[in-house]
Amino acid sequence: MYAQLVKTAGSGVKSREEMSENEQDFQNRVDADQKIEPKDWMPDDYRATLIRQIGQHAHSEIVGQLPEGNWITRAPTLERKAILLAKVQDEAGHGLYLYCAAETLGVTRDELTEELLSGRMKYSSIFNYPTLNWADIGAVGWLVDGAAIMNQVPLQRTSYGPYSRAMIRICKEESFHQRQGYDIMMKMAQGTDAQKKMAQDALNRLWYPSLMMFGPSDKDSVHSAQSLAWKIKIDTNDELRQRFVDQTVPQAKYLGLTIPDENLKWNEERGAHDYSDPNWSEFFDVIKGNGPCNTDRMNTRIKAWEDGAWVREGLMAHADKKAARKQAMTAAE
Amino acid sequence: MQDQDALFQFLLRMGDNTLVLGHRVSEWCGVSPVLEEDIALANTALDMIGQTQFWLGLAGEVEGKGRTADDLAFLRDVWDFRNVLLVELPNGDFGQTLMRQFLFDAWASIMLGHLMTSTDKRVADIAEKASKEVAYHVERSAGTVVGLGDGTPESHAKMQAALDLLYPYVGELFESDDVDAAMVSAGIAPDPASLRDAYDALIERVLTEATLTVPASKFTHKGGRTGYMHTEHLGHMLTQMQWLQRAYPGATW
Amino acid sequence: MSKEWPLWEIFIRGQHGMSHRHVGSLHAPDEEMAIKNARDVYTRRNEGVSIWVVEAKHISASSPEEKGPLYEPSNSKVYRHPTFFDIPEDVGHM
Repeated sequence: MYAQLVKTAGSGVKSREEMSENEQDFQNRVDADQKIEPKDWMPDDYRATLIRQIGQHAHSEIVGQLPEGNWITRAPTLERKAILLAKVQDEAGHGLYLYCAAETLGVTRDELTEELLSGRMKYSSIFNYPTLNWADIGAVGWLVDGAAIMNQVPLQRTSYGPYSRAMIRICKEESFHQRQGYDIMMKMAQGTDAQKKMAQDALNRLWYPSLMMFGPSDKDSVHSAQSLAWKIKIDTNDELRQRFVDQTVPQAKYLGLTIPDENLKWNEERGAHDYSDPNWSEFFDVIKGNGPCNTDRMNTRIKAWEDGAWVREGLMAHADKKAARKQAMTAAE
Repeated sequence: MQDQDALFQFLLRMGDNTLVLGHRVSEWCGVSPVLEEDIALANTALDMIGQTQFWLGLAGEVEGKGRTADDLAFLRDVWDFRNVLLVELPNGDFGQTLMRQFLFDAWASIMLGHLMTSTDKRVADIAEKASKEVAYHVERSAGTVVGLGDGTPESHAKMQAALDLLYPYVGELFESDDVDAAMVSAGIAPDPASLRDAYDALIERVLTEATLTVPASKFTHKGGRTGYMHTEHLGHMLTQMQWLQRAYPGATW
Repeated sequence: MSKEWPLWEIFIRGQHGMSHRHVGSLHAPDEEMAIKNARDVYTRRNEGVSIWVVEAKHISASSPEEKGPLYEPSNSKVYRHPTFFDIPEDVGHM
């Protein structure tokens, strides 16, 4: 999930009696699965929460370019290089769609960027982990995109129209991402001893961070009831995490890899796998900025933004000059 | 020189140019000045990687020793690369990267136009596909060079500096040798020197609109396309690009 | 902070003679760059053959039904996305 720990604005779910007439109309529309569109009335807290959530999601896409981008120049074949580049490019596109969706709520992309670079807004904890061998690129596609898709498919039904449409487009494009990751994992798992070792190493390091992507347990998630009522959150964190574990276990088995969890086993009664929780104190450390790559990721984004300022300004200045010349010509006619 | 040897060398020159430049451009992924440019540069790099697969694939076929495009890309050392020096230079800032792209695209658009009428149908087919892509590349890179050249005083100064730095590498694109003579006589490719006038006209039009001044000196660095002497930069690029193939020989990826 | 590139709404006509549809938005300094960016951003999978771009501020949109005194016109930038295409909810994939 690319939007973790999004703090829901407001003081929790209101009863019907507490709601104003506008709030009641709004909630009725949401309950009837009607989309809320930019010019429609919406509660201020709904707007504020959506800006946080979509913004965090967008930031995750563009910071998420970095760990995979780390291997573009080292991809082992021309085809792998092209596929990886196309995939990381898609992530830039997804960031772009999401920033545009956020802009319909009255915030600009530059404002959101400033929030990210100043550290006031977060991105998904997963991207603060390093990609250390080529199998990590497979594991990121398989596990990280797998987890993201698990969250994004239901979000296509989210109540806010522009967000829903962005998610539909993203899910459509994302469909090849997980498969290409698994395809790499298959090659590695069936490859030489060194390749098998890389594959297991990648799974060992990325398994728990992937589970963390869904955010803390429901019992520790404040305010998520309001986001569920607004349909900007569709499933709970634990539901999604369970679905992810159940989906991934047979895939790992097929690869002949071992998920690094001694407690992992099928629970007949529940019809689901039992599994160990990730280390939540590590999760909160990463969120606070103490993950293995937080500093590198932020420094890279800040440098790209600052180094690019003269380009953005230069092209804008040229466009302004051109418009002025055109206007002068029209005036002279 | 045997015709097949010459054709092999010619195809390496085409394929190594797109391989090395595509690699350089891909280095921008994730760190461009704005998302729209990030996505556009990735498209350019993807096109060039695709062209590389065609050119080097055909090179391997012509060579007849069973080498694939990947073998040629990942298992040759510096001295066997046949790209011009221009494309192996480090990216520099965004303006320098786009200036290099424009100087290359302008040449490629003219070259590919000629190759579409090659007597070798395989060459003509690759050129036809690539020329559609390059027509857009040159439109985009020219637009950016104009925008930044005629932008702010700061962007203008950076673009002029980029042109001053890169222009001495342009001449190598128009060098002719035995390989080219063999290509001309077989009707496979034009004499590079014959493309210079069209090229100068194209870049002059764009650079004038960009309010930039072409350096007066026609001095040219060369050695890449013959393999006589590359820059130090190519070796570093290859250590990264070829790392996995070199460290784990025989593995399938 | 320097001036942000304007926002453009992008409309694309696909292969099959359908009318142009709104596909999304992007930033660009002027209309020429907007068309180029649209090509790079929104036709990466051969989605389109013809592109229209309109600067978002030039789009006029119908107002939703007036909903009494609590309607807040403060959302001044919302005219940006007036006419997203409609997709049945269950379609999922376009």
